[in-house]
Amino acid sequence: MTTVLFFVFAAAALGGALGVVLSRNPVHSALWLVQTLLSVAVFFLLQDAELVAAVQVIVYAGAIVVLFIFVIMLLGVDRHESLEDPVKVQRPAAIALGALVLAEIVFLAGHEWATGARTARGAPIEGGTGAFADYNNIERVAHVMFIDYMWAFQITAGLLVVAVVGAIVLARRSGERPEGQEPGTPAPERAGPESGSGQRPDDAAVEEPVGEGAT
Amino acid sequence: MSALLGSDPLLIGDIDFTVVVIVIVKTVLVFALLLVAVMFYIWFMRKVIADMQNRIGPQRAGPFGILQTLADGIKLFFKEQSEPATADKRVFRLAPYLSILPAFLAFAIVPIGGVVTIGDHRTQLQLADPPIGVLFLLAMSGIGLYGVMLAGWSSGSKYPLLGAVRASAQLLSYEAAMGLAIVAVLIQSGTLSTREIVDGQAWDGLGSIIGRGDTHWFLVPTIVSFVIFLIAAMAETNHPPFDLVEAEQELVGGFHTEYTGIRFAIFFLAEFMNLITMCAIAVTLFLGGPSGPSLTGLGIDAGSWLNVWVMPVVWFMVKLLVLLYATVWVRASLPRLRYDQLMNLGWKLLIEIAFVWAMITAVLKVAQDVGAGAIDIIITAACALVGGFVILGILYLCIPKREEVEEIK
Repeated sequence: MTTVLFFVFAAAALGGALGVVLSRNPVHSALWLVQTLLSVAVFFLLQDAELVAAVQVIVYAGAIVVLFIFVIMLLGVDRHESLEDPVKVQRPAAIALGALVLAEIVFLAGHEWATGARTARGAPIEGGTGAFADYNNIERVAHVMFIDYMWAFQITAGLLVVAVVGAIVLARRSGERPEGQEPGTPAPERAGPESGSGQRPDDAAVEEPVGEGAT
Repeated sequence: MSALLGSDPLLIGDIDFTVVVIVIVKTVLVFALLLVAVMFYIWFMRKVIADMQNRIGPQRAGPFGILQTLADGIKLFFKEQSEPATADKRVFRLAPYLSILPAFLAFAIVPIGGVVTIGDHRTQLQLADPPIGVLFLLAMSGIGLYGVMLAGWSSGSKYPLLGAVRASAQLLSYEAAMGLAIVAVLIQSGTLSTREIVDGQAWDGLGSIIGRGDTHWFLVPTIVSFVIFLIAAMAETNHPPFDLVEAEQELVGGFHTEYTGIRFAIFFLAEFMNLITMCAIAVTLFLGGPSGPSLTGLGIDAGSWLNVWVMPVVWFMVKLLVLLYATVWVRASLPRLRYDQLMNLGWKLLIEIAFVWAMITAVLKVAQDVGAGAIDIIITAACALVGGFVILGILYLCIPKREEVEEIK
């Protein structure tokens, strides 16, 4: 049963990956990417890693690819992208690096020094040891995250918040709101041509790159 | 594989032919239950709204117009399906199914009744009980977004695209508030599995309702989260007053403007299925799911089929009906929000309150676990308040004033 499921979803994952590369339409590519990500979530389930599977679906399929599609939809996909490579060495370099990564994965599949975990060739870890024996997957992750590495986790969270706040501060400069708008009220729907009415001419010139950076 | 199967006693041990049949029957029953529930909910909603507006409402099809939804469904089924010339055909056809599939799947984790015995198999009256439980709901509402987004994009015209962008922004914003509201319940229950959450709220006398007794409903300890969950759930399901995704004055029909016939019906169905699922989840998380008094007081044996099969399902349905009735009141009485009001409510009010309430719940839970008295809690809370204000004050002093910013420029 597990083997059958693995092969079915391995085919789906590979098919999705091919679809991402071969689709001419970026939205189709994004959809194929969703298929690959969901298939990988099934692999996690087959490995009894249900929390990672849920996170895979919520974060990758539910948020990141949604963001991709958002950007693609807003930038417009009707423009035909030229397939000419602006950087000539890029394609051979990509093939060489891809081959290197593949070799690396094949090599690492037989060794455990990189991660310290048991490999596909070693015996699977049964039920954990010591204090973790009675815990399920979620409880073990929670134990590691909120007890063993509490400070590292909190500091990382703080770092991410600072990064987000910093991005907002950089992207949004005060005193440039359209006329008649209350300070602090987001007006995404007014981002049409009329939104520049309250701006000084010199600021309008730098408006464009900042908007792209925020996207 | 055990990750998929969860704690259902049916799926532990050998899986023979009977088990497979039971699972298939359960799947079909849950699907039929959702379809029939949508049918009756739409009729019920139209009747109640008609009452509130001094009208009669549907009355032609069947007794009291109860078959009105069926008639509408048959009509939609036989209507011509049009596809805009500019549409992306494949995605256009795929989108409705991406919308309805998560709506159905999310209901699979809802415990409808207790643990029953069929033949010599014991099984839970719920389709699936994965250990990730509630996270599965969040995953499915994330996937459900694709149906709306792709429907709007693939239609190849402006209004659906604008509707889809609005819908995605709305769903993403309110998912945060909903997730934080659920956190408070998870702190109380200590588990993600819906079956264990319901078991933690088992009936223990009338005190269960108000938070007394060994096991009690999570309603009173997490009452603020309950309110936030209901508001966020309505926003997630595009229920009025959050239906600006399909605001007719601004967007024609929103993301499904170009859809006709059965494909439109599927979107419609998915929306109501989502609403029913959300209310069912609210019942599970806050109102104890199938927990309620059994008939042992009337002299009926605790092992009788009435107590094992019927009463839990009846209690679940009663609670679900109460919540669904409340959504109809909201639908009939509140005007639609403006886009900026929607975003302000979500980001500046609900998320903050849900977050603070989750932290308060956590503190009270820890205090309860270590056996702290009321005075300890008050002192700790006072210290936390003072500390919080000090940190906020320092941050406030660090922010440059508006005049200073002007000077720098």
